[in-house]
Amino acid sequence: MPVFEYAPAPESRAIANLKDHYKPFVDGEFVDGSGEPLKTINPATEEVLAEVGTASKSDVDTAVKAARKAYNGAWSKMPGTERAKYLFRIARLIQERSRELAVLESLDNGKPIKESRDSDIPTAAAHFFYHAGWADKLEYAGYGANPRPLGVAGQIIPWNFPLLMLAWKIAPALATGNTVVLKPAETTPLTALVFAEICQQAELPPGVVNILPGAGDIGASIVEHAGIDKIAFTGSTEVGKAIQRQVAGTPKKLTLELGGKAANIVFEDAPLDQAIEGIVNGIFFNQGHVCCAGSRLLVQESIAEEVLEKLRYRVSTLRVGDPLDKNTDVGAINSAEQLAKIRGLVESGDAEGAQRWTSPCPVPERGFFFAPTVFANVHQSMRIAREEIFGPVLSVLTFRTPDEAVAKANNTPYGLSAGIWTEKGSRILWMANQLRAGVVWANTFNRFDPAAPFGGYQESGFGREGGRTGLEAYLSV
Amino acid sequence: MRISVAKTYKLYIGGKFPRSESGRVYPVTDAKGKFLANAAHASRKDVRDAVVAARKAFPGWSGATAYNRGQVLYRVAEVLEGRRDQFIAEVSASEGLAAKKAESLVDAAIDRWVWYAGWTDKIASVLGSANPVAGPYFSFTVPEPTGVVGILAPQGSSLLGLVEVLAPVLATGSTAVVVSSAERPLPAITLSEVLATSDVPGGVANILTGRASELGPWLASHGDVNALDPTGAAPAERVELAREAANTVKRVLTVPAAEPDWTSAPDLTRLRRYLEAKTVWHPLGV
Repeated sequence: MPVFEYAPAPESRAIANLKDHYKPFVDGEFVDGSGEPLKTINPATEEVLAEVGTASKSDVDTAVKAARKAYNGAWSKMPGTERAKYLFRIARLIQERSRELAVLESLDNGKPIKESRDSDIPTAAAHFFYHAGWADKLEYAGYGANPRPLGVAGQIIPWNFPLLMLAWKIAPALATGNTVVLKPAETTPLTALVFAEICQQAELPPGVVNILPGAGDIGASIVEHAGIDKIAFTGSTEVGKAIQRQVAGTPKKLTLELGGKAANIVFEDAPLDQAIEGIVNGIFFNQGHVCCAGSRLLVQESIAEEVLEKLRYRVSTLRVGDPLDKNTDVGAINSAEQLAKIRGLVESGDAEGAQRWTSPCPVPERGFFFAPTVFANVHQSMRIAREEIFGPVLSVLTFRTPDEAVAKANNTPYGLSAGIWTEKGSRILWMANQLRAGVVWANTFNRFDPAAPFGGYQESGFGREGGRTGLEAYLSV
Repeated sequence: MRISVAKTYKLYIGGKFPRSESGRVYPVTDAKGKFLANAAHASRKDVRDAVVAARKAFPGWSGATAYNRGQVLYRVAEVLEGRRDQFIAEVSASEGLAAKKAESLVDAAIDRWVWYAGWTDKIASVLGSANPVAGPYFSFTVPEPTGVVGILAPQGSSLLGLVEVLAPVLATGSTAVVVSSAERPLPAITLSEVLATSDVPGGVANILTGRASELGPWLASHGDVNALDPTGAAPAERVELAREAANTVKRVLTVPAAEPDWTSAPDLTRLRRYLEAKTVWHPLGV
C-alpha cells in the first residue's frame, strides 16, 4: 500500500495577537504586578513567547480587596437576570475570539491546535453559556429557597487546560454571585490574560474577576489570605493535600480536583476498533496531560495480545510534532520539568521490569517532546501502575474476571475516572456501579460537558464541577 | 432494700459486644455525679478493629437496595420506640433533664430516625440527574455513598444528637465508626443494643465509648476512613484533626463551634456530605 505523506498544514500564529508583555488584571485594569516578571515559553520550540508580569503578596491583597468591594457592591446585589447577561456576553466573546484563543493556547501550552480549536475553547465557551442560565434560576437548583453566594473565591488552576479550567472555575463562581481572584499556572498564563480583556470587553464590573499570574507562592498567598471565603484548586494531589491542611480550621470552603490513575477496562467482547480509538484518546489526548487520562489499561487476558498489537499499530500512526500543525496528534510536553518527570517514571518502569514499547514516529529535535509509549507486563506494585505519570505513557495490565477487573481498578487511592469497554449492557451497568470513580465512561472516553458533573472520589479530591451538583461548591449550603 | 445490678457495658464492633482490647473501663455518672455504670474505655486498637468491621460491611450495606435499607432503618425506629422508656430514663439521667424534656428529646430522636429512613430511596432521585449533554451520549449522575465515616458524636446531646450524626450516614449507604459522648454514653450503648437487635448488619454501625480527644486522631489519620465528622471534638482540637484528615483527602464535615440545637428541623446537608456524585457516559446509536 502506498504511503501518502502529509503536507505541513500549519495554522498561522499571527492570529494569536501575541504581545511582548502581559500584565496582571486587578480591579478591572491591567496593572504592573510587583512580583518578578516571568518569561513564558513555547514548549514546542523553547523560544520565549512573552514576558508576563506576576503578582506579589501585596498584589494578592489588593486583588482580594477589589474582589470584596465588587462583591459587596455591584455583583452580589445584582439580580440574577442581569448577572446572567454578563456571562452570556463572555461566552459570546470567547466564541468570537476562539481562533485567537486556540492559537495562543497551543503556542503557550504545546497542545495540538486541533484539540485547542475543537475541544478546549468551544467547551470553555459552553461552560459560560451553561452557567449563565443558572444565574437567575438558583432557587430551583435544589439547595433551598434562597441560596447565597460565599463571597470572594480564590481559584488556582493547572497548566494542562489553561482556558478550559479557568472557565470551569469562573463560570459557576460568577453565576452564583461570587467574585474571583484566579491564579493561572506559571507556565500557561496567556489565555487567562486575554480572558481578562474579554471581561473588559463585556464591561464586567471592575473587581469581579481578578487574574494574578505567578508561581506556587502566589497560590499559597491566595489560599492563606483571610479575605477569601472559598478556595477552588485543580492540580496535583500533593499540593491539594497541602492546601487542605492549610485551610483546616478556617471558615473557608474548599473544593479540590486532584490527580488520577484511571483504569480503562477492556473486555473480550468489546468493540475492539472503537476500544483502540478510545484507549488512544484516553491516554494520548493532550499528551496525556489529563487528570482523568486512562493511564492504566486493564485488558482481559484472552485478548491482551491482540489488543497490544492493534494498539501499537494505531499508536505508531500518531503524528508527534508542531502543535500548530493541523495534522498533529500529539504536541509538546508543557515544560522541561514535566518532561523530566515523565522520563523519570518511564525509567522506573524499565528498572522494575515492565516491557516498554515506544512509537517509532519522528520526534522534533527542539522543544519538549515525548514519543507515545506503551508498557506491557505491568504489575500493580510498579510505580508506573500506581503513580500519575501525566504524560503520553500507557501501562497495560491484564485480568481474567470482571471481579478481578474491579479489584484492580479500585486498587488505588485515586478515584477520578474509569473506562469500560464491552458490548454487554448489563455488564457496563454492573461495572459502573462497582467502580469507585467520579466519572465512568462506557464505550467512550474523555467526554466532558458543562451539564455533566465532574470530580473525584477520595484522593482525587472532593466537590464537583459542572451540572446542578457543581453549583454547591459556590453556594452557602 | 434491694441492691441494684451494677452494670459494666462493652463496645459495639462488627455486630458483637467486645470488651475494650485495652481492658479499660471508666465510671459513668449522672448529671449530679451519682454512679450509673461502668463503660468500656475504647483504645486505638478498638478504633482499628471497628474500621475493619465497617469496611467489611460496606459492600453489603452500600450494595443493598435503597428500599431494603429503608426497611432496615425503619425497623430500628420500631425497636427504638419499644425502648422509649429506657431512653427517657437514660437521657434524663445523662443530661440532667426533667422527664418531660427528656421525653420530647427521645421522641424527636425516634422521629428523626424515621425521617432519615424514608430518605434512602429518595435521595438519588433528588440529587441525581440525567445530564443533557451536547452530543450523542447518554449521561447520568447518581449519588453514591462515600464509604467508612468516622464520627465523633456530640458530647452534649446524648441521643438526639447521636441519631442526627449517625442516621444520615447509614441512610446514604455508608458505614460508621462512632465515638459516643464521653460523659453521657448510656443512650449510645442502648442504641447499640437496638441496632444489634434490629436488622442492621453487623459492622454497619460500630459504637465505641471513650474519649474523642484520644480516639479522634486515630480516626482522622486512618487510611481506610473516608470521611470525618468532628462534631464531638473540642473546638481547639478540630484543626489538628482536619490537618490529619488532609493526608488522605478525607471529607471533613464543617461543624459549628458550639453544638447546634438538634431539635431544629433537619435538611439534606448531612445526607449530601456523605455522598459522591458519579457521572456515567455511554454513546447513543443503533
